[in-house]
Amino acid sequence: MSTINNSRRNFIKHSGIALLGSSLPISLVELAFAETTQNFSFAYISDSHIQHIKGAEFVRNWDQGLKRAVAEANLLTPKPDFVIFGGDLAQLGTKEELDHGAEMLSALSPKVHHVMGEHDYYLDLGEYWEKLFGPQYYSFDHKGVHFVVLNSIRTYDEWTYKRWPTNVQRMAEMAGLDNPNGSPFMVGDEQRKWLKADLAKIPKTTPVVVFSHSPLQKIYKGWNFWTEDAEQIQAMLKPFKQASVIYGHVHQIQYNQIGNISFNSVMATAWPWPYPQAYAQAEQYLPKLTVPMNRADPFFERDATGWQFINMANGRVDMHFSLDSNNSRTVGFNKSKKRPEDTVYPSEAKRTAPQTHY
Amino acid sequence: MRFIIVLTLSITSLFAYAQFVTGNADTKPSPGTIKQQSNPKPMLGLPPLIIPVDNPQTQAKIELGNKLFHDKRFSIDGTVSCSNCHDDNKAFTDNLPVSLGNNGKFGTRNAPTVINAAYNKVQFWDGREPDLESQSKQPLINPVEHGLSDYKPLLTIVQTDPEYVTAFKSVFNINEKAITMDYVAKAIASFERTVLSGNSAFDRYYFKGDKTALSEAQMRGLQVFLGQGRCVSCHVIENDQALFTDSKFHNIGIGINQIQQDVPKLAEAFLAAKNKGANVDISVLSDKKSSELGRFAVTDVLSEVGAFKTPTLRDIELTAPYMHDGSLKNLNDVVKHYNNGGVTKVGDPVNPYLSGGIRPLKLDNNQIDDLVAFLKALTGSKAANLAAKEN
Repeated sequence: MSTINNSRRNFIKHSGIALLGSSLPISLVELAFAETTQNFSFAYISDSHIQHIKGAEFVRNWDQGLKRAVAEANLLTPKPDFVIFGGDLAQLGTKEELDHGAEMLSALSPKVHHVMGEHDYYLDLGEYWEKLFGPQYYSFDHKGVHFVVLNSIRTYDEWTYKRWPTNVQRMAEMAGLDNPNGSPFMVGDEQRKWLKADLAKIPKTTPVVVFSHSPLQKIYKGWNFWTEDAEQIQAMLKPFKQASVIYGHVHQIQYNQIGNISFNSVMATAWPWPYPQAYAQAEQYLPKLTVPMNRADPFFERDATGWQFINMANGRVDMHFSLDSNNSRTVGFNKSKKRPEDTVYPSEAKRTAPQTHY
Repeated sequence: MRFIIVLTLSITSLFAYAQFVTGNADTKPSPGTIKQQSNPKPMLGLPPLIIPVDNPQTQAKIELGNKLFHDKRFSIDGTVSCSNCHDDNKAFTDNLPVSLGNNGKFGTRNAPTVINAAYNKVQFWDGREPDLESQSKQPLINPVEHGLSDYKPLLTIVQTDPEYVTAFKSVFNINEKAITMDYVAKAIASFERTVLSGNSAFDRYYFKGDKTALSEAQMRGLQVFLGQGRCVSCHVIENDQALFTDSKFHNIGIGINQIQQDVPKLAEAFLAAKNKGANVDISVLSDKKSSELGRFAVTDVLSEVGAFKTPTLRDIELTAPYMHDGSLKNLNDVVKHYNNGGVTKVGDPVNPYLSGGIRPLKLDNNQIDDLVAFLKALTGSKAANLAAKEN
């Protein structure tokens, strides 16, 4: 195979994927989604972990990740109807970090809906965050879809209110992975009661999309890829014909189907996590992992980070991941298989082997 | 099921679109028919050169290419040859910030050197053509370069000028009527494949172990190049050869920094125009702001806004001014731009599309001087002779 032909083939292939993944010229959108006015798109940016050093100094790498996602989302054609910020805007929940993050997000042209992450929450339990972004849980309707935002990263009251001598320590304990002093995330009684009432008003044929920071399914407890009362939330979504959950926190691409509920994760703009060893406690809930996460290239700070835009077509979620210096990926809902599916890595035979040379 | 059908439809149309964007792909031999041969004895520091089997190197073809390369008649006002901007006596550049074409028109980009372009995986700063043959056809019909509206005037010359008729007959065994742009392009490409640079002081030091080849400052500069300067991550040095490029595209904060505010409107308008059939080659060389979209203008990939191809560093001492827009006058300014983390002036805003590899380097002035000294050790033996002749 000649280099010359190779480069042209890659060139064409690359263009094709790229168009599908991160920009859609106007006519092509019409081609794909001409049928109904109910189809629309929104952008999803998550896990920026803005970190204050001192004075006006912030970690440059995390700043650049968020700035890039914001700038790229502003280039989408056609414009997304709104943007979701999926939580963990801050690293240690401080006023400086939240303010700095909010400032960068203010460059987005569409309206932004916010989801609470544990890094935003455990310093002051969301007090300053609420002043900037509004309530911690809420719902809204858009073009025939019912959207719900939950604060899924709360935990037991005893842990939150009675265990830690300072708020700073409480924040630090919850920020750690595999920390024996940590505590599992949960939505909790108050929000579950609210959610029940909120969903009671919605016809069961209406598509429902839930945004949470943690997965509303149990994947790996040690890293809180976990929500303690996930089953109870899933039970409330069960009566709906089309239900989707989109979550951040995991800094990697995951997708899963439990009954009628589709699960999709989003990427972080800050850094990638590797896939944890599958946690065997609840076998039937293990998500189908697609491709092992390659180790990020330490030279390119943005490697294995990204953001996504999401097409809502006929009530189903169709995720387009824009991954810097990597091929874009799309996880769409496969109607015949009734589950989300990666369009680039659909079967084991077509997977790209993980790189081994680093 | 509907989702899958829709997806298949859109992928098909996307591929058709990509084909359209690559332009003259149809006029090329079909993929898979080209095999390659290589030059068995490359210069010190260079890998074997890959030559398409459908365009083998012959002395007569190289000479024909050389003549075509220097013929000023192939332009609307009779003043522009390839060598105007790729001047043999200026390391195959023009030492201008951006190139001067027909009737005093300037383009938007710095003439990249032809030196070692034979090794490039794609051609032009934004990689919009895959090889030398297809690249060589574009400037002829670009309104700000040679300015021909089509190839007819050029073909008339080569089909009637007795010298060309004889040359094409002996090189390709064709009659004058059979001379097409493909033959012209092949001859030019063959000539360009002889414009190579290797065997520099660096090569003798690094690949031959000649410890006297580099000065103390240059040796220190090499360490900066490999280490704290992070240069080698894109300007690659291999174990047995060095082309000083990764053949990738990076946003390093040149050009794009000045138009950051305009990018959203610009990108949208550009995509819409391209979708309606606008010619990318003409758009990016005629409009300064469109030019700064870089690789994005070719691929539509959002993460490639403002990204340009990593150029070789061989003979870099001779190819000032620098960067894709020729905005930096000397190598010292170039190193400082990188040292500042992708801004030319300290304190200027960093552009949000900046490549993840670009960050402040914290080099002191001595290290910067050493690095610049090292870059001057990359001048090849051939070019060094040229420079000596000039002096």
